[in-house]
Amino acid sequence: MTDYREPSFANSVNLVAAREIRMKLRSKAFLISTGILMLAVLASVLVGGLVSTTASKTNVAATGAAVAFAEAIPTLNVTVADSVDTAKSLVREGTVEAAIIPAEGSGIGVSVIALDTVPQSLVAQLSTSPKVELLDPGAVNPVLAYFAAIAFGIVFFMSAMTFGTTIAQSVVEEKQTRIVEILMSTISVRALMAGKVIGNSILAFAQIAVIAGLAAIGLTLTGQSSLLASFGPSIAWFVVFFVFGFVMIAALYAATASLVSRQEDVGSATSPVMILVMLPYILVIAFNNNPLVLAIMSYVPFSAPVGMPMRVFLGEAAWWEPLLSLAVLLVTTAAVIVLGSRIYSNALLRTGARVKLSEALSR
Amino acid sequence: MLELVNVNRSFGGTRVLRDVTFSIAHGRMTGFVGANGAGKTTTMRIILGVLSADSGTVTRDGRPLETADRRRFGYMPEERGLYPKMKVAEQIVYLARLHGLNPAAAQRNTATLLDQLGLGERADTTVESLSLGNQQRAQIAAALVHDPEILVLDEPFSGLDPIAVETVQGVLKERAARGVPVLFSSHQLDIVERLCDDLVVIAEGAIRASGSREKLRAEFGESRYELEATSDIAWVRGTPGIEIEALDGATVTFRADTADAAQNLLRTALERGGVARFAPQEPSLAQIFHEVIQ
Repeated sequence: MTDYREPSFANSVNLVAAREIRMKLRSKAFLISTGILMLAVLASVLVGGLVSTTASKTNVAATGAAVAFAEAIPTLNVTVADSVDTAKSLVREGTVEAAIIPAEGSGIGVSVIALDTVPQSLVAQLSTSPKVELLDPGAVNPVLAYFAAIAFGIVFFMSAMTFGTTIAQSVVEEKQTRIVEILMSTISVRALMAGKVIGNSILAFAQIAVIAGLAAIGLTLTGQSSLLASFGPSIAWFVVFFVFGFVMIAALYAATASLVSRQEDVGSATSPVMILVMLPYILVIAFNNNPLVLAIMSYVPFSAPVGMPMRVFLGEAAWWEPLLSLAVLLVTTAAVIVLGSRIYSNALLRTGARVKLSEALSR
Repeated sequence: MLELVNVNRSFGGTRVLRDVTFSIAHGRMTGFVGANGAGKTTTMRIILGVLSADSGTVTRDGRPLETADRRRFGYMPEERGLYPKMKVAEQIVYLARLHGLNPAAAQRNTATLLDQLGLGERADTTVESLSLGNQQRAQIAAALVHDPEILVLDEPFSGLDPIAVETVQGVLKERAARGVPVLFSSHQLDIVERLCDDLVVIAEGAIRASGSREKLRAEFGESRYELEATSDIAWVRGTPGIEIEALDGATVTFRADTADAAQNLLRTALERGGVARFAPQEPSLAQIFHEVIQ
């Protein structure tokens, strides 16, 4: 019989994973929410870019010989005024922040007229600063650090939630519709679980890759490529940690969901896993400026995908630290998969009342 | 040939299968009957490897069953289930692929089978929007699509209208004619009666009888006869070797200890007036069933 070939474990996993992906891509709710998420990312990058470029330009008025001087400074938005008086009235009206007028005899040949306060930033832009060499570079702008924390936290949280819940629902769907019995008589339970975890992981990675790509394109288009460069290594680590961290969480979702038989019970069964997913998100936002908490987070497997990239971004992690933390995560992921597939295969045929965890673990 | 020998299984201290032993032969339709909770589903699940037996063996042509063998089985579980949001054909192709069919064969078998089962026009409908009867047909297609070498069907006829029952019977008979052993359970004893070559009767987790229909008839069915005379037949009371079951005017239903006793009674009836009808009554499956599980 040439039509038939003994399917390998990999074949089965492949087929299950492909089905998971196909069905998810057919879900309108998923496509719409992904579209919204992507628009939000793109919009925030673009808006951030616009705000930062306009904010850095200072509106000034200039007269006479000062016009050429002012226009030579790229951060200034120069309005040419006929006379000093016109320039002064522009300052009074608030059209410009300050006026730059020629001043014979002063050091740099101009003087500044402002309304009620000394325009410090403008003065700084006008002065020529000496070259500065930092002995301990790497201190990161705290605002930027905060945004990085939110970004890592939110992306991890969103993806883990979205696809973790998908796995949980797919597991219970098979239990609830009883198709699981046909599946179990056809392929191994491990292949079934692996297919689900891998299929949803691929979707999660693809979503994150698209988001990262959009952010990168957005940053480049709006001329913020220096920001991109400073995020580079931490994003790379984030992806690596996410891959294994997500597989671990996916296995947990599959195992806990297999304990119940009705969609209505998925929420309560998987809530412990959800707390594990939410915790790093909350912690990283609350404690992104606390090195100790971040250091602990970067080694605890559940929060490492957020904690370690954060420390890499802040420059606090030694080169070997991500590797060590990754090793811890790998071992935990392997243990969770072993334990999870045990629970999964033991609980899968028990329909009706919720299966107790201890029962699922024993047999 | 598929053979179960001394299969036992308990759930939390309750023994649901006791030394279950029977076999299913090639090309034979084997009916599996028993009351609710007698152990039919558990036995089928053990054959399919969905459950494991506590002790005992399941062998195929003398070799213990392995996962690879079971993948070539067709199974229809008692609890029906297909993915509600998948299209009928898509879903059956998917299951065929899981069983190891290549994509072209999976497509081809699915199309043929859906046409055979009268679901061809519903191939692109999602399962959830099918009527229950049609869902049932789709379920049968799912069990047959990979040209299984052994079929194990738990209540394949429940929920089907009479026409669908006939369609499904036809499909199953065709499989058996190709040499596939078919084991099916059913509560509808009349269908089992029409369809099965062999019979396995289970009660309280133990096999009470198994073998060909004829063998079971001979073993458990007592010889019953119906005689309709042309005049009142009350005189049969007290005839030696005859046990009367029902007597109404000129008609009597009786059991005879021997075939000779029945013939003698017929002779007497002819002498006494005349006989309108005399017929030996084959025991129905329902009667055998009651006999066996008593």
